[in-house]
Amino acid sequence: MTATAPRDLVERFRAGDRAALARLISFVENGKAAGMRAMGDLYGSTGTAYVVGITGPPGAGKSTLTNALIRGYRARGQTVAVVAVDPSSALTGGATLGDRIRMLDNFDDPGVYIRSMATRGEMGGLSIGVGAVVHLLDAYGFDMILIETVGVGQDEVDVGELADTTLLIQVPGTGDSIQAIKAGVLEIADVLVVNKADLPGANDMVRDLRMMLRLSESRPWTPPIVETVASEHRNTDALIDKLDQHRQFLEDSGEGRIRRARRDRREVVRLARRQLTREIEAVASDAGLDDLFTSLANRDADPITVASVVARRTVDRFRQDG
Amino acid sequence: MVSQAHPRTTPIRVLVAKPGLDGHDRGAKVMVRALRDAGMEVIYTGLFQTPEMIARAAIDEDADVIGLSILSGAHLALFPKIFAELEKAGVDDVLVVAGGTIPNEDVDRVKQLGVAAVFGPGTPMDEAVRFIRDHAPDRSGS
Repeated sequence: MTATAPRDLVERFRAGDRAALARLISFVENGKAAGMRAMGDLYGSTGTAYVVGITGPPGAGKSTLTNALIRGYRARGQTVAVVAVDPSSALTGGATLGDRIRMLDNFDDPGVYIRSMATRGEMGGLSIGVGAVVHLLDAYGFDMILIETVGVGQDEVDVGELADTTLLIQVPGTGDSIQAIKAGVLEIADVLVVNKADLPGANDMVRDLRMMLRLSESRPWTPPIVETVASEHRNTDALIDKLDQHRQFLEDSGEGRIRRARRDRREVVRLARRQLTREIEAVASDAGLDDLFTSLANRDADPITVASVVARRTVDRFRQDG
Repeated sequence: MVSQAHPRTTPIRVLVAKPGLDGHDRGAKVMVRALRDAGMEVIYTGLFQTPEMIARAAIDEDADVIGLSILSGAHLALFPKIFAELEKAGVDDVLVVAGGTIPNEDVDRVKQLGVAAVFGPGTPMDEAVRFIRDHAPDRSGS
C-alpha cells in the first residue's frame, strides 16, 4: 500500500477499502499517532455494531464456535468482524496466531473480516488494543463484532468490559465448571455454552452449571445454557437465538445503556492510566533521579518516599504539558 | 523495504501460508516456531490455501511479511496469482519470501514476480529469520 498518508487512509476507510481498515487497525494497535488521529476522525461513526465476547478455557472450541457463528450471522445477512486474540510469549514477545485456521468457511466473503491479535503483554495489546480495534470495526460498519479471547484465567482484560453479550464456553469432563467458579467467570457470562456436547459427561456438566446458576443470587437475566457441537454446526442456530434474546433483554430492561456507559468510563480510565504509567516510567528513568536511587540503594531513602517524589514530578510534568 | 534507521518498537507480523495441494507442512511449522521465537507475531493459516485465500488473509491481517512454503512445484502457477490479488487491493509494500523446493532455474523468475528471497532446503533457520528481520517494512505511520 503506497498511499499510507493517514488522511488518505481515513478517506479510503470511509469508502470501504479493506486494506485501509487493516492498516488503520495496525496503527491503532501499535499506538501510532496516526492511529490516534484516525480514531478522533472516526469515533463519531461508531455505536451501531453489536459486540459479542467469546471466552472459555483453551481447547473448548472458541474458534470453531466463532466460525459457526460467522456462518449463522451471514446466513441472516449480517456482516461480521472477528478479533481473535492469542497470547504473546512473555519471553520473546513473539506469538503464534492460529485461530484463523478454523474460520475459513467464509474466507472470500466481503461481509466477513477476521483479525488476529496477540496480547502483547504489558504493551497493553489486549486492554488498549482490542477496545480501539473494536471501535474501528464498528465505524467501518460491521453489524456484529465477535471478540475471541485467550483462555480464561490468563491476564487479559475482562472481555465483559468490551462486549455487549459475553458467551462462556465449557467442555464436558474437564472439571472446568469448578474452574469457572474459582475464576469468577461465571458471573460475567450472559450465555453459557457446553460445547462438544456429544462427549460423555455433557449432561453432568449442564446439570452442574444449572445448579450453580440456581445458587447464585437471582438476577433479572438468568444465563441460558446451550449445548452445541460447533464442529458440526449442531445447535449453533439455537445459540444465536439465545444471543438475540439477551440483546433484546439489554434493550428492554435498560441494562444495555447502563453497561455501555460503564464500559465507556472504564475504557477512559484504562487509557488515562496507561498515559500516566508511561509518564511515571519516563520520570523514573530520568537521570535527574539517579542520586535519589543511589540513596535508595544505600538505604538512606525508602521506596515509599522515592515513589512520592516520582509521583509528584509526574504530576508536575503533566502541568507543564498543559 | 530497507532496514530501519531506528529499531522498531512493534513486533513484525508474518503470515505463513502453504499454497496449493501438497500436504506437507512440517517445514512451515518449523518456520512458524522459529519466527515466533525471534519475537515475531506469526499468523498460520494451514494447508491447501488458494492464492485468493492467502492474499485475503495477508490484506486483512495487514501482514508485514508473507512467507510461502511450497513443495508441490506449482510455484510458477500460484505465486503470480497471489501478487495479482495483492495488487488489486492496492497492497504493494509487503515483503514476500518463499521456502520449500523451488528449483534453482526457477529462482530468478520467482524473484522477478516480487519474491524477495528464496530459502531452499537446508537453509539455516537463522538466515531466514535474519533476512525477514532486516527487510520487513516498518510502517511507522508517524
